[in-house]
Amino acid sequence: MITFEDVTKRYRDGTVAVADLSLEVPTGAITVFVGPSGCGKTTSLRMINRMIDATSGRITLDGQDVREIDPPTLRRGIGYVIQQAGLFPHRKIVDNVATVPYLLGWSKRKARARAMDLLELVGLDPGLAGRYPFQLSGGQQQRVGVARALAADPPVLLMDEPFSAVDPIVRASLQDELLRLQSELRKTIVFVTHDIDEAVKLGDTVAVMRVGGRLAQMAGPATLLTEPADDFVREFLGRDRGIRRLSFISAKEVRLRPAPSDLATDEDGRPLGWRTANGLAAYGTFTPETDSLRAALDAALLSANGTAVAVDEEGRVRGVAGRDAIDELLAEYAPPASGGSGEGSSGDGSSEEAPA
Amino acid sequence: MTDEPLVRWDWIARNWANGGPTAISALLENHVVMAFLPVLFGLVVALPLGLACVRWRWLYQPTAALMNVTYSLPSLVLFSIFLSITGLTRSTVVIPLTFFALAVLIPAVVDGLASVPDAVRQSAVAMGFRPARRLLRVELPVAVPVVLAGLRVATVSSISLVSVGALIGQGGLGNLFIDGWQRQFYTPITVGIVLIVLLAVLADGLLVLAQRLLTPWSRARRTA
Ligand SMILES: Nc1ncnc2c1ncn2[C@@H]1O[C@H](COP(=O)(O)OP(=O)(O)OP(=O)(O)O)[C@@H](O)[C@H]1O
Ligand SMILES: [Mg+2]
Repeated sequence: MITFEDVTKRYRDGTVAVADLSLEVPTGAITVFVGPSGCGKTTSLRMINRMIDATSGRITLDGQDVREIDPPTLRRGIGYVIQQAGLFPHRKIVDNVATVPYLLGWSKRKARARAMDLLELVGLDPGLAGRYPFQLSGGQQQRVGVARALAADPPVLLMDEPFSAVDPIVRASLQDELLRLQSELRKTIVFVTHDIDEAVKLGDTVAVMRVGGRLAQMAGPATLLTEPADDFVREFLGRDRGIRRLSFISAKEVRLRPAPSDLATDEDGRPLGWRTANGLAAYGTFTPETDSLRAALDAALLSANGTAVAVDEEGRVRGVAGRDAIDELLAEYAPPASGGSGEGSSGDGSSEEAPA
Repeated sequence: MTDEPLVRWDWIARNWANGGPTAISALLENHVVMAFLPVLFGLVVALPLGLACVRWRWLYQPTAALMNVTYSLPSLVLFSIFLSITGLTRSTVVIPLTFFALAVLIPAVVDGLASVPDAVRQSAVAMGFRPARRLLRVELPVAVPVVLAGLRVATVSSISLVSVGALIGQGGLGNLFIDGWQRQFYTPITVGIVLIVLLAVLADGLLVLAQRLLTPWSRARRTA
């Protein structure tokens, strides 16, 4: 666990980048620091591995004050990924990944073998090992950056906007990859971003910061979306909070009923469409085990008759759910009555009213 | 005089290696030594000085200013100054040329280190490099292309400047110019020019080759 206790950072020119920050980063989970540009995210992150030293307050790592640890030693036990990857241009990919093992004095053979494993772990072709960084795409470089940070198997990983320099499609796949890795590795990750969607997608906990380095709210993503602490957080979260929150509710609980006879299927039981007088009409599917309530609602909205088709992993029909069934679950997960968020679902931050 | 050809091959054959100090081969050897020593000394001094200028930024302005003034002095003036100290020796040429090399190499080292992307330096720090190792293993290697570019300029200009030393009798192949001029005899002049150009081209080519071998990682980026 990493704890910030009343941490303040004042730069020499007087800028207060972080003010009285107190929070806990739980072990084995992803904690996202999110906030507008200049709010002190990078400063907070770098105080953990002492690339920047706090002006006052203290940061502890598993109970030990980081200031009692020699910085290079501390840093070799903490993976770090930055936006531009920051790969060493003069070293081959395999040696870039093996950087920290080399620093720790591993033999070249062992370090390289470990590097090869990591390339595979982050989904890179081992054939890239002998290339130089300039021969890789931005997305590939970023993956190498992640592999390099993981090379010595540090328990803690710091990531500073690691995916913001790549295009949206690559970014989405890197995010999915990180979640997959994390489900295997269970690292303590502090992830910095200014993109709230990324924060909500990746974070087990999200810390929203405001300019001046103050913590505005720290909560799980679902709670954040339903119960923003104040107008700043509400505005920062942006539109469609109600809909986006549904991503955090499992569709498993949606009450299914047997498929009616007007749902046409092929011989394997896969849906073909809704029978109508004019032939087959559009349908939408969701997989209760793995999908969210948002996907179930989406499937209902895509179906000609408003009924979502539940399918198993192989795509075979398991039942259907009408809007009534989805509504039931929506009601169950309605925001708490005193949640402090009283605006309509289209809230764009301009029509806030006090929630009675 | 007008009938004098540019090259008399028989003169070259007789004077290539006649055993004396004015043999063409002896002058060539002298030239090589006097051209390369300043570059070598320059590099040895410019590395720590350049590093110091990066470490203590205030040092760079005065150092660069001093070097620029030196560079702007006609080489002959510098030679005359050192003539009174070191006499008619090679040092009188080598020392001033070392200053000229420094004027090119110190900025090359400083610019080279400045060319290291911030993200590269930051990630080296973040991964736990200590300063000395970071410098040796990351920053200096990444600075190599820029330093080598400076080294090429310093080497070629050093090769050409040595000739001026002929005015004090220590000019390597430059002595051939004086000889040819005084006797209104073109052959030594032609030989001197051709050999100096060849020497410069060869040295530059070797440095380019060294660059290819030392920095395979920067080749494609440069041509891209
Ligand atoms: N070395 C420094 N000296 C003075 N002020 C600094 C320094 N580094 C950062 N700051 C200031 O501290 C504040 C916080 O900076 P920081 O880099 O932590 O923000 P950030 O949240 O990471 O922003 P971004 O999203 O743009 O990366 C900013 O106002 C910034 O200008
Ligand atoms: Mg930042």
